[in-house]
Amino acid sequence: MKRRAWPWALAAGAICALSLAPFAWLVLTSFKSAGQVTAIPPVLWPGGGLELYRSALSRFGLMHFVLNSLLVAGGTTVISLTLGTGAAYALARLDLPGRPWLMGALLLVSMFPQISLAGPIWRMLQSAGLLNTHLGLIIPYVTLTLPLAVWILTSYFSELPRELEEAALLDGCGRLGALVRVVLPLAGPGMFTAAILVFIYAWNEFFFALLIMTRRSVQTLPVGIALFQGQYTMPWGEIAAASTVATVPLVLLVFLFQRRIVSGLSAGAIKG
Amino acid sequence: MAALAGPRGERLLAWGLLLPCLAVVCAFAFWPIVYSVVLSLHRIVLSLPGLGAPFVGLENYARLLSEPGARHSAGITLAFVGASTLLEVSLGTLMALALDKSFRGRGLVRAAVLVPWAIPTVVASQMWRFILNDRYGLMNWLVFGGDVGSYQAWLASPGWALGAVILADVWKTSAFAALIVLAGLQTIPRDLYEAAALDGAGPWQRFRHLTLPLVLPALAVALVFRTMDAFRVFDLVYVMTQGGPANATNVLQFYGYKKMFAEGFMGYGSAVSVLVFVMVLAVSLIYLKLVGRRLLRGETA
Repeated sequence: MKRRAWPWALAAGAICALSLAPFAWLVLTSFKSAGQVTAIPPVLWPGGGLELYRSALSRFGLMHFVLNSLLVAGGTTVISLTLGTGAAYALARLDLPGRPWLMGALLLVSMFPQISLAGPIWRMLQSAGLLNTHLGLIIPYVTLTLPLAVWILTSYFSELPRELEEAALLDGCGRLGALVRVVLPLAGPGMFTAAILVFIYAWNEFFFALLIMTRRSVQTLPVGIALFQGQYTMPWGEIAAASTVATVPLVLLVFLFQRRIVSGLSAGAIKG
Repeated sequence: MAALAGPRGERLLAWGLLLPCLAVVCAFAFWPIVYSVVLSLHRIVLSLPGLGAPFVGLENYARLLSEPGARHSAGITLAFVGASTLLEVSLGTLMALALDKSFRGRGLVRAAVLVPWAIPTVVASQMWRFILNDRYGLMNWLVFGGDVGSYQAWLASPGWALGAVILADVWKTSAFAALIVLAGLQTIPRDLYEAAALDGAGPWQRFRHLTLPLVLPALAVALVFRTMDAFRVFDLVYVMTQGGPANATNVLQFYGYKKMFAEGFMGYGSAVSVLVFVMVLAVSLIYLKLVGRRLLRGETA
């Protein structure tokens, strides 16, 4: 196998280039000067410094979108993980009739098309006065990320050795005590994996954000970036800068926690 | 154990821990589906609240079947789903085969492959829209060089637009298919390959008779997963083409969104949304059947 490794290495190189090049072009664009952005032939070496970032901050209120995204994605992660941990522990450890049905029903939810929930959720939020509020967006996000969180955590809890809890139970901890004192401290890595995936989902989501956040002051980054509009021309430079800001945290997560993300995704997708 | 908590106490705790999660999912996922079906049986026009919401039975569905726009959207959706899924799974399989080999820096390559998956879809859409721009896009320059006269308006030509959206989707999600197939590849014991090589099987024979049959379940899962996701395409269409030009990219989920929220036909739009739901549900049930055995095994494990 060693002898024939180079064609695969070449293929891997090509895959990397194709995966990264289009986005690298966008990042490169974000460091150009306003004139260079739309130049033909394209300018390869950017000469604008942070000009476009300053413009995105001052003219498009980029910081506002970032803050809204942080609030919504952070809130979603905390709530989804809290509810998901309890449910996952019950599903992994406690005696529950119909467990496969519950897991299957949750899996089904993660497959619901947004449009099939949109009308009713919009009406429910409207009558509760929650349109254009962070909570109003967090509610559908928690709903749609719970299946992912529960699946990842359930498969993680099932792999923890039972003996540890049994020891705690014999010490008179009670089930809830065993969960809080023994299982949760050990579940850190699993919860972290679930948190990363839930955060990425909420940070990137567009459909419900577009629907629920019609007021500019509460809009999240994807909505802001999708609706960026110049007076006469598309502000591609500012879009590139805002896109880079929206994506850099995710790229960092991917490079730091690649292994976790892959294992989390496959727990949700195939492991069961 | 049973003596400490008792089976009844334990069951009570289980439901208590499960309840918040189930309540949220029922209230904001299952109930909305039911509610969508109810809405789809009424005539509701948001701009005409005076109309009320009269019950009209299956009228909205009848209209859905007869309306050329809806049928066109269904056709576009199927074309998008078919093309993007096939491309993604075949590309993903090739990627997985390359990533399965061991070489230095494999972790970095895997992370690089995950980047398109992690990028917000809106960002990917704007990125491709910029690259495919008719006057200063990188694509035109790469294809035609300085020959500005032949530059194509990719996203404004009915012939290219759907292809452009498919390209963006393939770029963004092939990696996901690759990960699922890769997970399948890694369950194949290495010594099987060595045994096959010792028996004189060439690389193609090893792939055809060893890898392919063993990785088939993972391939099927990747296919179904991508199909379901492709039915739900929205962000790419919203940002890149707004369903245009001349409805060439007007997939069902976008069509339903416009009917419901731009034109205010809540009842008719709900009928569209129920149709999308039924299509996705059919695919999900296939998926559940595929992993169903694992689900049941999880119960006993």
